[in-house]
Amino acid sequence: MDFANAFDPTNLTFLLQGFLVTLKIAFFAILLSFVLGIVLGICRYTKLPVLSHLAALYIELIRNLPLLLVIFFGYFGLREWGIKLPVTMSVIVSMTLFTSALVAEIVRSGLNSVDRGLIEASRAQGFTYIQTLRFLVLPLGLKRTIPPMVSQFISLIKDTSLAVVISLPEMTHNAQIIYNKHFNATIPILLIVACLYFVVNYSLSLASRRLEKKLVG
Amino acid sequence: MGDFSLLAAYKQEFIDGFLTTLSASLLALVLSLCVGTIIACLRLSQVQLLEWIGTAYVEFFRNTPLVIQVFFFAMGLPSLGWNISEFTAGAIGLSIYTGAFIAEALRAGIQSVPRGQMEASRSSGMTYIQSMRYVILPQAFKIVIPPLGNQCVNLVKNSSVLAIIAGGDLLYAADTVSSQTFQINLTYLFVAALYLVITLPLSFGVNQLERRLARQS
Repeated sequence: MDFANAFDPTNLTFLLQGFLVTLKIAFFAILLSFVLGIVLGICRYTKLPVLSHLAALYIELIRNLPLLLVIFFGYFGLREWGIKLPVTMSVIVSMTLFTSALVAEIVRSGLNSVDRGLIEASRAQGFTYIQTLRFLVLPLGLKRTIPPMVSQFISLIKDTSLAVVISLPEMTHNAQIIYNKHFNATIPILLIVACLYFVVNYSLSLASRRLEKKLVG
Repeated sequence: MGDFSLLAAYKQEFIDGFLTTLSASLLALVLSLCVGTIIACLRLSQVQLLEWIGTAYVEFFRNTPLVIQVFFFAMGLPSLGWNISEFTAGAIGLSIYTGAFIAEALRAGIQSVPRGQMEASRSSGMTYIQSMRYVILPQAFKIVIPPLGNQCVNLVKNSSVLAIIAGGDLLYAADTVSSQTFQINLTYLFVAALYLVITLPLSFGVNQLERRLARQS
């Protein structure tokens, strides 16, 4: 195994450049899918006839498809329809489309977990449906969604590596370029890359566990 | 949208891809159940070192991308002169990755049965194995089935990672056919439907089971 080339400063810098792209993509996709996911989740939770059915259809279809297919669609598929997004944008769009469906499911089950008795009590006190949602269901329900939400975002960070198929210059793609040149360095480079992903994701999961403990008490 | 009859010429590609996706998922399911059970036993072991190995396995493989793990087998091993087929590399990568999630589901299920039950059955004269077999596992089983079902759905979706290493799965077929016919969205739509044929009944079954088990308890 070729450790010299794997730890060569130019190669390491190249990997880190990819790492920054990974983090940038993940950051925007997390932000967007968080917002869209909460909106979709609330649509699904309220029993408004058309809106909740449309949300349900979207959620069920998207979360039963492979993300890689969505990534292909977001790049080649949209191109066929004349929407030519740059590769970075297209990955952010695909990841947001996919993750928001999963976030919506998490939000819905969080909101459903709020005790019925509390909702009835608040309606009996004269709160409107919207007020009950705003002051009772959302604050209580969303608190419970933090741990599953964080693990969904960890999945998102890992899954940015799927974008190698459309040559997004993120970490996995840059690693591929390096070991295609230095074949014997393949395993050391994959190990370095794995460690970098691990550091980010493991810190996130530790932070989420600590936050959960603080909130649950 | 184009004409579906164009796709008819590629019937064999789709059938082969569909079967490859199914067989990779089934093989990985069996293997990851084995891996998951072993790792869960390690995590629940009283021996500190074994518990630590189990925890390290789960944390490492859950927090690094599946793509990197599959690349390790598909590119890493060949760089050491050890050639394995794309299909095998993909199936092993999937099993190792999913095994970590299954181990966590199993551990959480077994630990959710109160400790007192084990102590009670041990003091009624049952051996450790007997208490596991007749008291703990039947109760843990109910809790574990829904998350295991979800892992099964994820496994089918994640098997699309084979497309990245030219493993000949359904998504790989989609990529090949779409680049030959230039009917990109049509092909994706068709392949999406084929994925849904597998994943929707699975998800639906898991939901029903979850609801029935929730009603029983």
